[in-house]
Amino acid sequence: MTDPLPWLVVLPLAWASVAFLLGPGRGAVLAAFGVALQCALAFELAARVQAAGALRYAVGGWGSPLGIDWYVDGLAVLMLGLTQVVALPLLLYARSYFGHAGAAGRYFWPLAGFLIGGMNALFVSADLFNLYVTLEIVGLAAVGLVAAGGGAAQLAAALRYLFATLLGSGAFLLGVALIYGACGTVSIELLGPLLAGEAPRAVYVAVVLMSVGLFLKTALFPFHYWLPPAHGGAAVPVSALLSALVIKASFYLLLRLWLDIFAPLVQPLAWLPAVLGSAAILWGSWQAVRAEHLKLLVAWSTVAQIGYLFLAFPLLATQAAALDAVVFQTVSHALAKAAMFAATGVVIHVTGNDTVAGVAGVAQRLPLTLFAFALAGVTLMGLPPSGGFLAKWLLIDAALAEGAWPLVLVVLLGGLLAAWYVFRVLRQAFLLAPPTEVAVRAPRLMEWSALLLAAASVALGVRGIELARLIAPVGAS
Amino acid sequence: MSTGMLFALVGALLFTMGAAGVALPGAPLRRIVAFNVMGSGALLVLVGLAQRGGGVDPVPQAMVLTGIVVAVAATALALALARRLGAPGARAASGDDD
Repeated sequence: MTDPLPWLVVLPLAWASVAFLLGPGRGAVLAAFGVALQCALAFELAARVQAAGALRYAVGGWGSPLGIDWYVDGLAVLMLGLTQVVALPLLLYARSYFGHAGAAGRYFWPLAGFLIGGMNALFVSADLFNLYVTLEIVGLAAVGLVAAGGGAAQLAAALRYLFATLLGSGAFLLGVALIYGACGTVSIELLGPLLAGEAPRAVYVAVVLMSVGLFLKTALFPFHYWLPPAHGGAAVPVSALLSALVIKASFYLLLRLWLDIFAPLVQPLAWLPAVLGSAAILWGSWQAVRAEHLKLLVAWSTVAQIGYLFLAFPLLATQAAALDAVVFQTVSHALAKAAMFAATGVVIHVTGNDTVAGVAGVAQRLPLTLFAFALAGVTLMGLPPSGGFLAKWLLIDAALAEGAWPLVLVVLLGGLLAAWYVFRVLRQAFLLAPPTEVAVRAPRLMEWSALLLAAASVALGVRGIELARLIAPVGAS
Repeated sequence: MSTGMLFALVGALLFTMGAAGVALPGAPLRRIVAFNVMGSGALLVLVGLAQRGGGVDPVPQAMVLTGIVVAVAATALALALARRLGAPGARAASGDDD
C-alpha cells in the first residue's frame, strides 16, 4: 500500500475542487466517500506511527532546506484521526441538514473540503512558514463557511471573524519573519538546538507575537470576542465543525510550539495561559448560564471549554499527566461539542425556535436527541465515565502533585457552572409543552449522528488508554 | 545599521500601524486597507532582516511571494464580504463608510 500521508492532504482538496465544479449544493456524496476514505487512511497512518515511530515525508521528493517537509508523530496522527472521525458524522449530518435548509448550503461542500485539507496539512507541517500558510487556508475556509449562510448578521459575524483571524495570522507571520531573520531557518527540527541555548532577543519578541496570534485564533479569553457571534450565528454543521475542530487546529500549533522549540523560552510565562484559561472558564460558563439562545449557549460553552486546554500549561514541563489531560480534553471536547451542536440543530429544526425557553416539551418529542445532548453535557461537566472526566481528573491530579490548588478550584467550579447551563436546557426540555399544530419529523440521520458523536465522547473515558499510548513518545521526549 | 535593518524597522512600524487599524473599530474598507499595510510590514521585515549576510537570500523572497498570494486571497474574501454587507438591506452596517 502507498504512503497514506500525502493522500490525507490531497484527497480533501481533490473532492472539494470537484464539488465546487459540480456546482452549488452538489458534492455531498463525494464528500462522505472522501472523508470515509480519509478515516481509513488516518487509522493506517496511526498504525504505522505506532509501529515505526515518527515519520518524515518530503513533499514531491524535495528535501528540507528547499522543499516542504512533513513530520508526523503521535500527537499529529491523533489530531489527524480526530479530525476525520469527527468530520465524517458531521458531513452525514450536514447532508441531511442542508437538504432542508436550501440556499444556506450552496458552498458548504467545497469549503468544508478545503477546511479539512488545510487542517490535515497544518497537523503535519514541519516548518513555521508552511504552518502560517495552512493557518490561513483554515482561517479563510472557516470564514467562508460562516458567511455562506448569507444573512446580514452572519456576514457581519464572518467579517469580524475574518479580521480577528487575519490579525492572529499576521502576528504569527511577523514572528516567523523575526525568527528567520535571527536564526536563518524556519524548520522546527533545525530551530530546536538553535533556540535551546542563548536565543537572540528578537526571538523572544517572535515567541510573544506568535503566541498572542494563536491565542487570538484559538479564542482564548480575552480574545474570544469573535467566537460567540461566529459560532452561534453560522449554520449548525458549520458551528459544529468550527467549535469542534478549527479552534483545535490553532491550539495544536500552540501546544506543539510550546512543548517543542519554545519550551526553553516560555517557562517563566507558562502561568499566563493558565490565568487566561481560568478567566475563560468562569466568564464563558457564566455567559452560557445567562444565554437566551440555544446556539449562543453552546458557543459560550466552547469559550469556557477552551479554558481547560490552557490550564495545564504551567504543569506541562514537570507533570507527564498534564499532556494527557490536554489531549483528552481536546478529543472529548471535539466529540462532545460536535454532538451538542448537532443535537441543538435537530431541536431547532423540529421546534423552529432557537431560544432556551423554546426547548420545552422536547423530552417527549425528541428523546433520542435530548439523550445525545445530555451525554455531551456529561462530558462537558466532566462526570464519570466520560472523556471529559478523565481529562479533568488527570488535570486535577497533575495540579495537586504540583501544589497548584487554585487550578483545582477552577476546574471544580467550572464543572459546577457547566452543570448549571446543561441542566438549564434539560430541565426546560422536560417541561410539558402546549400541543403543537404541525409536527415536524426529525431526520433520522441527524439524530443518530448526534448520538454517535455524544456516545463516542463518553466512551472515550473507558477506552482512553489507546490514546495515551499513541502520544506517549511525545510526552517522553 | 544596514539598509536591510532599515527595511526591517520600517516594516515593524508599518505592521504596528496596520495592526492597530485592523484591531480598532472602523469602516470595513478602512480595516481591509489596514490589513494590507500590516501584511506588507511583516513581509518587509522578512526580506529586510534576511539581507544581513550580504548576498541575496532567495528563501525569504519565495516566502514573500507566497505571503502576497495569501494576502490577495484574504483581501478578495474581505472585500466580497464587505460588499455583500454594504448591499441594500444591510446598509446600516456600513453607513459610516466614506
